[in-house]
Amino acid sequence: MFSRIMVPVDLTHLEQLDKALTVSEELAQSFGAEIVYVSVTAETPTKIAHNPKEFAQKLEAFAAGRPGKSTTKSYSAHDPAIDIDKTLLKAIDETGADLVVMASHKPGIADFFWGSHGASLAAHTGVSVFVVR
Amino acid sequence: MSDSTDSEAIPAPEGPADIIETDYEIGQNNIQPFGLDIHNPVFLISGLAVVAFVIVTLAFQTQIEPAFSAMRGFLTSKLDWFFLIAGNIFVLVCLGLLVSPLGKVRIGGVDATPDYGYLGWFAMLFAAGMGIGLMFFGVLEPVYYFGTPWGDQPLGNDLGIVDGVLADPATVEAARSMAMASTMYHWGLHPWAMYAVVALALALFAFNKGLPLTVRSIFYPIFGERIWGWPGHIIDILAVLATLFGLATSLGFGAQQASAGIGFVFGIDGINDTVTVAVFLIAGITAIALISVLRGLDGGVKLLSEINMGLAAILLLFVIFVGPTMTLVTQFFSNIGAYFVDLIPLSNPIGREDDGFRQGWTAFYWAWWISWSPFVGMFIARVSRGRTVREFITCVLLIPTAVSMIWMTTFGGTAIEQIIERATDSAVYGYVIENYVPELSLFGMLSELPMAQITSIIGIVLVIVFFVTSSDSGSLVIDTITAGGKVDAPVAQRVFWCVFEGLVAAALLIGGGLVALQAMAVSTGFPFAIVLLLGCWALVKGLMAEPRA
Repeated sequence: MFSRIMVPVDLTHLEQLDKALTVSEELAQSFGAEIVYVSVTAETPTKIAHNPKEFAQKLEAFAAGRPGKSTTKSYSAHDPAIDIDKTLLKAIDETGADLVVMASHKPGIADFFWGSHGASLAAHTGVSVFVVR
Repeated sequence: MSDSTDSEAIPAPEGPADIIETDYEIGQNNIQPFGLDIHNPVFLISGLAVVAFVIVTLAFQTQIEPAFSAMRGFLTSKLDWFFLIAGNIFVLVCLGLLVSPLGKVRIGGVDATPDYGYLGWFAMLFAAGMGIGLMFFGVLEPVYYFGTPWGDQPLGNDLGIVDGVLADPATVEAARSMAMASTMYHWGLHPWAMYAVVALALALFAFNKGLPLTVRSIFYPIFGERIWGWPGHIIDILAVLATLFGLATSLGFGAQQASAGIGFVFGIDGINDTVTVAVFLIAGITAIALISVLRGLDGGVKLLSEINMGLAAILLLFVIFVGPTMTLVTQFFSNIGAYFVDLIPLSNPIGREDDGFRQGWTAFYWAWWISWSPFVGMFIARVSRGRTVREFITCVLLIPTAVSMIWMTTFGGTAIEQIIERATDSAVYGYVIENYVPELSLFGMLSELPMAQITSIIGIVLVIVFFVTSSDSGSLVIDTITAGGKVDAPVAQRVFWCVFEGLVAAALLIGGGLVALQAMAVSTGFPFAIVLLLGCWALVKGLMAEPRA
């Protein structure tokens, strides 16, 4: 039913992603789908990495530590707080994902933005979106 | 949004760069009340200090204003030599970097690619750096030097016009040349060098060394790990205060000027209630700035900057072609010559007689530019990743200087020609020399050219949009500093600073106190001049550790 599952990941708040990660892995297994971990970072140094390239490596390291086969794709944005929805939509196109599994947070990153990313993504994309609460 | 990294390929590093290893984790001192993400204590102290200053200023206006004004007066009259020397050092450092092998260092690492194209980049740094000043001083300053006796003239020249009577042609030409060279001195290499030093240092320590994008990072080589404690808090808080008061007071004054302009253009004879109109303008400007920050760097600030650059170019070309075209073209080259010839005596810090000019204008300007440099520098730094130091200095120092020269030649030159032709009958004479109504000087010049109604409206729109681009980029900068160098802090925070700045401007405009707080903002130029001199050293030291592309 689904062949490629995109999972947006925030490396700074991994502890809030547990449920979504488990869901995506079980879905991938039952559908025989592959997982693409996607993450968006700033071009300036962040807590995670000194620059976008290092960030990409950190994302790969994260993916390698998860069970099952997966790929990663990381994006950098001029103004991540604003550009994130736009970037995730672009990522759906570029990865060819047909399902997005994303965490919707309790107070945490998603609340930084007015309205949730999950809602915004579901409203603007043609693919299925599974918001894990 | 720029490059995406496909993880299936071998992850190329950004190329060798000299990353500083520090135990500090970006955001480690941040606290998250109400889902915000703010630096503790920079956010809270900055915010409370602003509120406290505003309240004290409003409550004790009559005592505070003379005190701050005296402080500014003291700095510019007693320490003028210091500001002049500091300014010269910044220019020399920049020119040195331009020609030295350090010019090959690339911001963001050897393999980094530019985040922005030349046009967008240039539009943004100009809009943040001096757009609004060019609108206000383009006509005012050259004409003022040309025909207002106000103490000693710089360079020992006479006035071109005295009591409405034109001097002999040789004196007029000498006065014109002196006026243009002196104006260009204040808007040329020196101010841009101040911005360039701060911006380059911030960009280097963030994008190459991996430190957070905040003012304190420049001082890592000096303070080491202690920079994450109070020495760093103080630098960042000072930067926030200088930026916020600088922006809020200019916004207050700018709104008054814009309302005067509106009254002039639409023939409303002295808008009776200028304060109300100005407060509405502040609300309007803040509202547009708010939309802009909510649309983000690309969809807001960059877009508005580009629109403004287009409008400014139209106005500039219009004046060049409708004004005395050939005279302006010839004058442009003679002005450049005059600028470089007079640069040495004008920037000489000692043994000069022209106190009024050196202290009242030059030292004041230098303090002013320096007090803006944390803000403009931070903003330029953020959009400059991927450029080499040489490209950076060319685009932040040399090209803006050339543009300033073209602008001043066009606006100032046209206005002086109007005075030479029509003497006391010219509108500019009335607004600058006869009665001092500085906010109408630009409109006075435009009123003697064809289609004055249209060009004046373009002028007003430009003034307003330049304020918006200062306000939105300023909000982003303050937001980043108060979030401990995070550019992806919650959107609510940038909204807070943007609105806060508008409220401070409105409160000061209604309650009085713009003059006092502006004097204070300018006074921060002094500590920052010292900070910047240290920054030059840190910059060169940091660059020397970098691999060259």
